Amino acid sequence: MNDPMAKPKEWFQGGSLVWPLLGLVALLAYDFLFVDGFFRLEVRDGHLYGTLVDILNQGSKTMLLALGMTLVIATGGVDLSVGSLMAISGALVAVLVTQTEMSLAMIVPIALAATALLGAFNGVLVSVAGIQPIVATLILMVGGRGIAMLITGGQIVTFEHAGMVYIGNGHFLGLPFTVTLVLVMLLVTSLLMRKTACGLFVEAVGDNETASRFSGVSTRSVKLAVYGFSGICAGLAGLIAASNIKAADSSRVGEMMELDAIFAVVVGGTALTGGRFNLLGSIIGALLIQTLTTTMITQGVPPAIAPVPKAIVIVAVCLLQSEKFRAEIGGRFGRRASA
Amino acid sequence: MKQTHSFRSTIAPLGALALAASIAITGCKPESTTTTAPAPSKAAPTGESTLVVGFAQVGAESSWRTAETQSIKEEAAERGVELKFSDAQGKQENQIKAVNGFIAQGVDAIILAPVVETGWEQVLKDAKDAEIPVILVDRGLKVSDDSLYATLIASDFVAEGRMAGEWLAKKTEGKASIIELQGTPGSAPAIDRKKGFADALKEHEGMKIIASQSGDFRRSGGKEVTEALLKVHGDKVTAIYAHNDDMALGAIQAIEEAGKKPGTDILIVSIDGVRGAFEAMVKGTLNCTVECSPLLGPLAFDAVEKAIALDEQPKKTIVEDQVFDQSMAEAVIDSRRY
Repeated sequence: MNDPMAKPKEWFQGGSLVWPLLGLVALLAYDFLFVDGFFRLEVRDGHLYGTLVDILNQGSKTMLLALGMTLVIATGGVDLSVGSLMAISGALVAVLVTQTEMSLAMIVPIALAATALLGAFNGVLVSVAGIQPIVATLILMVGGRGIAMLITGGQIVTFEHAGMVYIGNGHFLGLPFTVTLVLVMLLVTSLLMRKTACGLFVEAVGDNETASRFSGVSTRSVKLAVYGFSGICAGLAGLIAASNIKAADSSRVGEMMELDAIFAVVVGGTALTGGRFNLLGSIIGALLIQTLTTTMITQGVPPAIAPVPKAIVIVAVCLLQSEKFRAEIGGRFGRRASA
Repeated sequence: MKQTHSFRSTIAPLGALALAASIAITGCKPESTTTTAPAPSKAAPTGESTLVVGFAQVGAESSWRTAETQSIKEEAAERGVELKFSDAQGKQENQIKAVNGFIAQGVDAIILAPVVETGWEQVLKDAKDAEIPVILVDRGLKVSDDSLYATLIASDFVAEGRMAGEWLAKKTEGKASIIELQGTPGSAPAIDRKKGFADALKEHEGMKIIASQSGDFRRSGGKEVTEALLKVHGDKVTAIYAHNDDMALGAIQAIEEAGKKPGTDILIVSIDGVRGAFEAMVKGTLNCTVECSPLLGPLAFDAVEKAIALDEQPKKTIVEDQVFDQSMAEAVIDSRRY
């Protein structure tokens, strides 16, 4: 991530970026040493081609989900419905693209509006009805997939629409178009969060909801907004997923991806208890998870045991991320040194 | 929607079950459970009226599964059988409730597509006590006493894998470097299709699996794994074997993006025989698919009728799988029903 705008530190205050970055660098170093051709890059048909490019492209879905998830978690919530929302946006786009004459400029906003509304519905359940976020979003996690199946009639809908295929497979400036998409979303979100009061509101709600309500922050609107935003991110990820395979696979797309997104956010230094958050950290966390997955595949780790090394890396980074754990370890070493 | 349906279908049988339980306690249990003796009590009420059959399905998680449900529903309508359908949404507890419900309603036979292999002992005993034959479709199960079910109608996943392997060996004259795309780790089709393929390869020294990774039976999984492996193994790869068509279709896209011609530069063979696979074969991007037919309706109801008539039938009926390659695809694609 060579985004120059990412430099100013105060934009990404919150958890430290050091640990997820360290994890990512360590993993890449391993790949450099042990996986033949992992870093091989070549130019084909005017764009970069190689494993690293795949990681960026495949990881884009988790990165987008993680952006939305970061803000939701920052308000002390969690959004389990993102995988199903991906299925819904993919299903909508596939059906509209194959069965109507509408242009993509119409279809994409329709799909994103739908997932934004469903996200806001989560927000209403959480803020107005006062349902626990994990339960409130579970409703759409289960029901949303049913909605997606209804839209596609339970079938895998394939399409060849050039514009739609471009989103997940096309190249822009020599890199997959999805990289641009993620960068733009990261930039817009960062600007909103760090250059306006929005970020403050989000952190305030996550830190102490009652106190922020008494200080005049409309906690309901903040929650509606973050869940709606998470819906938009999930919608975008759904577009990419569908575009990637030129098909809407309603029953399988996005399955378990909500967990990947939550991992990415936690690894990236955002506290699950709410309050502080770190957008760039979540992006790095998502990259870490994708790099891990790709490493497992290229290294020939038997699929049945692949989750184990994956879990070990995630636990290691989470432990490093924990201040308490670091203090404990530091304390031990300190004592031993003085003894 | 789905929720309300399953709600009704689980609550209603529960009420009936309670009723049935109270009847059972008061002593209406059949005195004999041997199936060799004719059961007049059973035959009398169904003699004139239509046959009632309960079907406990796993769910609707794939087009294959939907096609199976459709086939059984259509065959029931064809034969004038009243079908009680239950969708377990992938959960065994729902399925056990459904079977108990069928028993309570006194259906004439039960068709069961078990979600998992174990844990069926009690509910199957209850069915046997009530003299209701149980016909298993597409997946087997483990019970101590195999008289607990009438028969199993299923495809042989090992044979499918072997057929795929033999086809590839013939096509490549016994020389290939293969990427294997496995199904979900631990699932029966993934284990058996891997085994069958490996068995077929044993006889051909020149055929090697250079990488074997899971694409989780998903299109996106097949694409992601193939994309990554093609980068590492490059031009070495000459063939891909996928445990289902969806992963093969994903792999085809990855091969195209790597600048190679799927079906020509890299041969692709998969299993299931869904419509998308036939379309790909007509286009020339997929080389071969081994059909695993979900159209079990006719066989299932033949078994039901035999079981009710107490005719002898084998404990296991293997559904004939068939290999389709590009030369046959054009001719049969229009007759494909799923």
